[in-house]
Amino acid sequence: MSLYTPLIAHGPGAKARGQAWITKPMLVTLALLASFPLWAEHVGLYQYLGIEVAIWMVYALGYNLLLGYTGLPAFGQGAFFGVGAYAYGLCYQHVTQNPLVCLPCSVLAASAAAALVGCLVAHRRGIYFALLTIACGQVFWFLAMKVTSVTGGEDGMLNLHRPPLLKDNITLFYFVVAVLAVTLVLLWRLVHSPFGKALQAIRMNETRARFVGYDVWLTKWAVVTLSGAFAGLSGGLMAASQESAYPDVMSVHSSGFIVMAVLIGGGTVSFWGPVWGALVFIVARDLLGALTETWLLWYGLLFMGVVLFQPEGIAGAYQHYKNKLAGRAKAAAPAIAPEAENGSV
Amino acid sequence: MALFEAKNLSKRFGDRVVLEDISLSFEQGTLSGIMGPNGAGKSTCFNVLTGHFPPDRGRVTLDGEDITGLSPRKIAQKGVARSFQIMSLFDELTVLENVLFAVPEMRRSGMNPLKSVAGDTVSIDKALEIVEQVGLSSHIDARSINLSYGQRRALEIAVALAAEPRILFLDEPTQGMGAEGRDRLLELVLTLKRRFTIVMIEHDMDFLFRLADKVSVIHWGQVIAQGTPDELRSDPWVRRSKLGGPGDA
Repeated sequence: MSLYTPLIAHGPGAKARGQAWITKPMLVTLALLASFPLWAEHVGLYQYLGIEVAIWMVYALGYNLLLGYTGLPAFGQGAFFGVGAYAYGLCYQHVTQNPLVCLPCSVLAASAAAALVGCLVAHRRGIYFALLTIACGQVFWFLAMKVTSVTGGEDGMLNLHRPPLLKDNITLFYFVVAVLAVTLVLLWRLVHSPFGKALQAIRMNETRARFVGYDVWLTKWAVVTLSGAFAGLSGGLMAASQESAYPDVMSVHSSGFIVMAVLIGGGTVSFWGPVWGALVFIVARDLLGALTETWLLWYGLLFMGVVLFQPEGIAGAYQHYKNKLAGRAKAAAPAIAPEAENGSV
Repeated sequence: MALFEAKNLSKRFGDRVVLEDISLSFEQGTLSGIMGPNGAGKSTCFNVLTGHFPPDRGRVTLDGEDITGLSPRKIAQKGVARSFQIMSLFDELTVLENVLFAVPEMRRSGMNPLKSVAGDTVSIDKALEIVEQVGLSSHIDARSINLSYGQRRALEIAVALAAEPRILFLDEPTQGMGAEGRDRLLELVLTLKRRFTIVMIEHDMDFLFRLADKVSVIHWGQVIAQGTPDELRSDPWVRRSKLGGPGDA
């Protein structure tokens, strides 16, 4: 089982896999999300929760380019999330309050920060990459805490009011879901492009990729930057929805949350892993958090359980289940069932 | 002028001299062999020629152009392809994809995030053709990790071929293969001979002498003998060092 969707040379319709811009799971996911405001309150949830879930989905999808696709364990992703949030705030305070201007600022600022970090980390992998990203993340966190004249220090930036149009949680939710939809399409496209395949080739065998003629450094730098851009976008969205930006999101433990979320979701085996992971993380935070202040303890135990017993996460468990069903179907009717393994999930 | 030339290459790791003043030249369209006992510096020599390590001294030229010290990527892009002694494939990828990745058209579009790999039929057709050349057509959708040892060797060569090399370096292609696999590999290399300029490191003297136009013997980091297989068979040095005698595979 792997994240990689093989390109099948033979068989009906096989060549077209990965060529589609929009897929069925995408439509189902977005439709389910879009229906959230209708039933959220009936099951005891609240509207604002949906916004955070969708934002974290964008964040996690972007992060999985690094962790799942390129196999780069980045532990400082929160820095770019935070840079995005602060850039949103600075743009709001000094330029315009229009989120359609502030959000691109978030993306640009976070990309620039990530591009800089990329220069420092792109020639490393494994544990060295992880340590360097922690160190870089800490630098940004420290700056956010200390440069109080710009960031507001520990208090952060407050009063970044939502524009009247997005004042309402439900409207803002649909806005974020629209951003998520664009993210899904773009990233789905990206991972099936030559660039996306190059990322995976680097994960599998960096040396061979180099000898085949790929620019490994540039590719890794590009993916760090790109992933930072999505972190910045989600940071900007978070600043917009919380009407504030604060340094806590850049701390080491916050950076760890995204890693845990993506791993629990199954980012190493599926494009959809980060989506599951973001959902479980935010909902668990709220449900467990409502029950006990020590929710992180329980979430941590959940994480340990997943790593021990289901290291491929939720998406991995789902794939096992599906393959089992397919295996049973094949055993029952060996001649008919075409191979369905590793489909779009 | 030779297609590929190395002049006075020296390489040391710490205080261990691995290559000492080695000069080699490979003519267009020939199959050259490099042999020598374990630890003689053959693989290091390959690594220096293909850019894995820069030499401490000396020059490497491809068709007259100085490529000394260029990165493996740049050297690969100039048309120098290599296979690896320790097989180095993209394990999770299928046979077709392993080859497809190395096709230059695919590589050149490597930074294009909006193009679809599945839609690049030109590259796919090229890859299919190469897979056929090495006899793996019936395993095209198999993940390379599931192939047999001999098939993985063939795939190694296919990946190197896909780069449309001007010169192809094969590092101990028969290593770890049984007699049958060796025969099949011999046939494969024979079909490639003349169409490509090939340089092959090989331990198995019998295998090498049946294929090579010219063989260089490396020992203690130096070229100690050079010539056609026939000349070398009678060379006292080669006989004395008992290289590749029966049983020494």
